Amino acid sequence: MDASQDRVAGVDDGSAEWVGALTGTGAAREAALARLHDLLVRVAVRELRRREAGAGFSGPELDDLAHQAADDAMLAILAKLGTFRGESRFTTWAYRFVVLEVSSKLGRHYWRQHPAQHLEAEGWDRLPDRLGAEPGAHAEQAELVKAVRQAVDETLTGHQRRLFVAIVLNEVPLDAMVACLGTNRNAIYKAIFDARRKIRAFLVANGYLEQQERGRRPS
Amino acid sequence: MNSWAALDRFLRTDPADVGCEQAMEILHVYVDLVAADADAARRYPGVAAHLAACGPCGEDFHGLLAAVTADG
Repeated sequence: MDASQDRVAGVDDGSAEWVGALTGTGAAREAALARLHDLLVRVAVRELRRREAGAGFSGPELDDLAHQAADDAMLAILAKLGTFRGESRFTTWAYRFVVLEVSSKLGRHYWRQHPAQHLEAEGWDRLPDRLGAEPGAHAEQAELVKAVRQAVDETLTGHQRRLFVAIVLNEVPLDAMVACLGTNRNAIYKAIFDARRKIRAFLVANGYLEQQERGRRPS
Repeated sequence: MNSWAALDRFLRTDPADVGCEQAMEILHVYVDLVAADADAARRYPGVAAHLAACGPCGEDFHGLLAAVTADG
């Protein structure tokens, strides 16, 4: 379904007020800018706290990151204000920018705490744990690791292998790899998506797993 | 879950998965539908499939939903 099907004939009153104030002039616009910025900071702080356990920072650093995310989101919102069509409430549309900024900043922040050589290590023995498997027979886990490693070696490209090792074995957050490689989330997700399919096809062909209905590549 | 079952779950891909770009493009629409209990997953099955499979996009979904819910 196309998002345009959810567009309403007119923007809801609250959203229209926001757009009107932000595209206006004078004190009313300044007040709307200040109010929106306050809301974005509040959302960013809350979101950083929600993710704090995995991010490893707090206090002034958290507040600083929240303000940076809100500032950058504010710029993006004002630049794209003309594209708001009322498919959602204005605040939901605006908050999306700051939530995505928080993710992006956390991805960059990761490398302050983890040295780049973290990418070089290959923790194959941790694979069952990474998959969320219960502790099991050593022989079974060793066979699984050997089979997956062979699939990775024989079917993945160098790029796919690097991403698989970093994200799956070494638990580097996907957004941290986005920051490291200067690419976007979709490109890395697609590479891992394709890697999963290749590994699975190898394991099916070699009798380790059963066939499934064929998946297609995400666009 | 044993190791092979866990591996199988990780490797399986959903044909409906639309990927990060499309999912993030309409995340605000999807979140408003979820907040309104309007059966968002039925209307956007490809987005629902993606959010279930992609950790970072799933985090963004939960973060945006938390933000709009807290706003009331």
